[in-house]
Amino acid sequence: MSTDSTTHGGVRSAHVSHHFKTAEQEYDSGKQGIWLFMVTEILMFGAILVGYAIFHNIYPEMFAEGAKTLDWRMGFVNTLVLIFSSFTMAISISYVQRNEQKKAAIALATTILCGAIFMCIKYFEYSHKFHLGLYPGRFLDVAKVGAEHANLGMYFGFYYCMTGLHGLHVLIGMGLIAWLLIRTIRGDFHSQYWIPVEGVGIFWHIVDLIWIFLFPLLYLVG
Amino acid sequence: MATKSAHHGDNYINFEKGLWSWLTTVDHKRIGLMYMISVMFFFFVGGVMALLLRLELFAPNATANVGQVLKNGDVYNQVLTYHGAIMVFMVIVPGIPAILGNFFLPLHLGAKDVAFPKINLLSWYCFMAGAALAILTFFFNKIDTGWTFYTPYSIRTGTATVLMVLGAFVMGMSSVLTGLNFIVTVHKLRAPGMTMHRMPLFVWALYSTAILQMLATPVLAITLLLLAAEKLFGVGIFDPALGGDPVLFQHFFWFYSHPAVYIMIIPAMGVVSELITTFSRKVIFGYTAIAYSSLGIAAVSFFVWGHHMFVSGQSETAGILFSFITMLVGVPTAIKMFNWVATLYKGSISFDSPMLFALGFLFLFAIGGVTGIMLATLPIDVHFHDTYFVVAHFHYVMVGGTLMALMGGFYYWFPKMFGKMFNENLARLSFVFIFIGFNVTFFPQFILGAMGMPRRYFDYIPAYETLNKVSTVGSWLILTGFLFGLYAIVQGIRKGPKASMNPWNSKTLEWQTSSPPPHDNFAVEPIVTAGPYEYR
Repeated sequence: MSTDSTTHGGVRSAHVSHHFKTAEQEYDSGKQGIWLFMVTEILMFGAILVGYAIFHNIYPEMFAEGAKTLDWRMGFVNTLVLIFSSFTMAISISYVQRNEQKKAAIALATTILCGAIFMCIKYFEYSHKFHLGLYPGRFLDVAKVGAEHANLGMYFGFYYCMTGLHGLHVLIGMGLIAWLLIRTIRGDFHSQYWIPVEGVGIFWHIVDLIWIFLFPLLYLVG
Repeated sequence: MATKSAHHGDNYINFEKGLWSWLTTVDHKRIGLMYMISVMFFFFVGGVMALLLRLELFAPNATANVGQVLKNGDVYNQVLTYHGAIMVFMVIVPGIPAILGNFFLPLHLGAKDVAFPKINLLSWYCFMAGAALAILTFFFNKIDTGWTFYTPYSIRTGTATVLMVLGAFVMGMSSVLTGLNFIVTVHKLRAPGMTMHRMPLFVWALYSTAILQMLATPVLAITLLLLAAEKLFGVGIFDPALGGDPVLFQHFFWFYSHPAVYIMIIPAMGVVSELITTFSRKVIFGYTAIAYSSLGIAAVSFFVWGHHMFVSGQSETAGILFSFITMLVGVPTAIKMFNWVATLYKGSISFDSPMLFALGFLFLFAIGGVTGIMLATLPIDVHFHDTYFVVAHFHYVMVGGTLMALMGGFYYWFPKMFGKMFNENLARLSFVFIFIGFNVTFFPQFILGAMGMPRRYFDYIPAYETLNKVSTVGSWLILTGFLFGLYAIVQGIRKGPKASMNPWNSKTLEWQTSSPPPHDNFAVEPIVTAGPYEYR
């Protein structure tokens, strides 16, 4: 939502796009837009959670068996990392609002770093599972793994789908924050204009929130 | 509505020049036109496939020469799949909101543009990319699952289902972004004095549709992603061999796709509301009732998906409940119907071509709606399930409803979009052919369905031959009608006489600016002082 040079006449405030009348109107619209988009994100994860709930209800022992193979410590560390990254994301907005661009840039860089740590731990978790032969669905060799339940593959189907989709969102979020970082260093954001920082921030918090649901459902239940 | 356009000659078409200026435009009017061209192209492709299907069904396969147009059942299934997928995902779902909505929503509200112009452009690119992915499968690995991609067949069949559902996913993204844009535009960008209750009914319809797009599409998105994951990685969620449940796919799928049929029809109802009041020269009867019944339909639509699954093995209680709730949809729909009829009552009706399409809509949609109630009735549906009765029903609703409204709306707003008039006689001729052809094509299918002819089959017993012949001939009449329509449009754009600012003497805001509108829509920001239909 940058400025548009095609505005006809009139006074042009530095960061009001041509089709808005005031900066407040633009800010409110942007905020409503990002929240509506978050509604769709939550609904998307909501459907897969419904699937999880249904099958957890049908095969409780199988889900318990699957959960045992996960390392809750890694999941717990990742939870802490993400919560911390939400904190650094939040303070970056506060810094931008107070015109402290350097501190904001550091906070954003820390957020990206946290995202990277999260993904690294995910990588180790995934590769460890692959090493053990814990593949999703039909690729899981029940005899080799020594699974008690014939459908154990489905648990890993849910595991990889849910964490994979979430991981994809973490990567997208990291990309967006990198974009914010560049623009912050360039000085695009200041006490009069911070809509993109807040928008990406809301996205990042939602991604964090979704993990806070996934962690107990996959690692701790059972 | 006190607005005048100050400068002439400067409009959105000649504002910037060259193809690149169109491909990078953030002007909602230009994006509307880009959607128009792409949707018309897809409609042509999907239409040709429909004609091929009808040609195949002209006679039973035993008959020499005819009846073997598509070689065999496999090719028939593929053409059927692409006809359905193209018509649903690329024509009827985006149709009215993306073309007419994009073009007229900001004009209706007195805004300069939609809230997020760049996202608006992005949604067009998403639409095109998704369509490209879907169409790509046609050239190297045709899919034959039907547009619903039902499991477990879609997991087993060795075709490009993954690419196809990714295409549908990306197009869904486009739909979500358009809906999001419309909601924020309605909330935040209304001109001074434009209260929610002074918005034209078309805007109310788009607003309700946008809410549906936002709430339903994400569920389809995850369903399609899970289907792709199922096929690639065999995750087991929909696969009975791995403990999964294929019926869960149907639940997920129809939780989106049932509301989606209202994404297709509510905007059409909005267009018809505009047409009926304008060409009756009468204030619309029951403005609030029509506005809120759109929201009512949107709300109920989320609780009725189970009527697609009466014979799927869901519990009888669920079937009875879904049957009952489905009939509730008839209430807000009937509210609209009766309000339109009450508006026509003692109106000064002029039968211009847009009005003909609106009246055609009332007629066809009534038949589609009544047969919908029949299908909602659990015991009747068990009998009619997967017969041509269903095919006829949803074609009456979607084609008879949505396409009629799209054509009517298109003729109605044509002067505003292009600043030219079309040939009225050609337009009326196109209506006559489409309307008659449509009934000739699809009414026999109700009878065929009642006689027991199953849908999706590429061959049939001789008892069904006569009605199938009639139906196929009808499809040629529809083709003729659309060719007349296309000719009217092209001729209008090329050689049509100049249109005035307000050729139909309408009262809504978009007619208060020059035709075609300037880049920023209004030379002076309009100030709204009255409701949208101050006729008499």
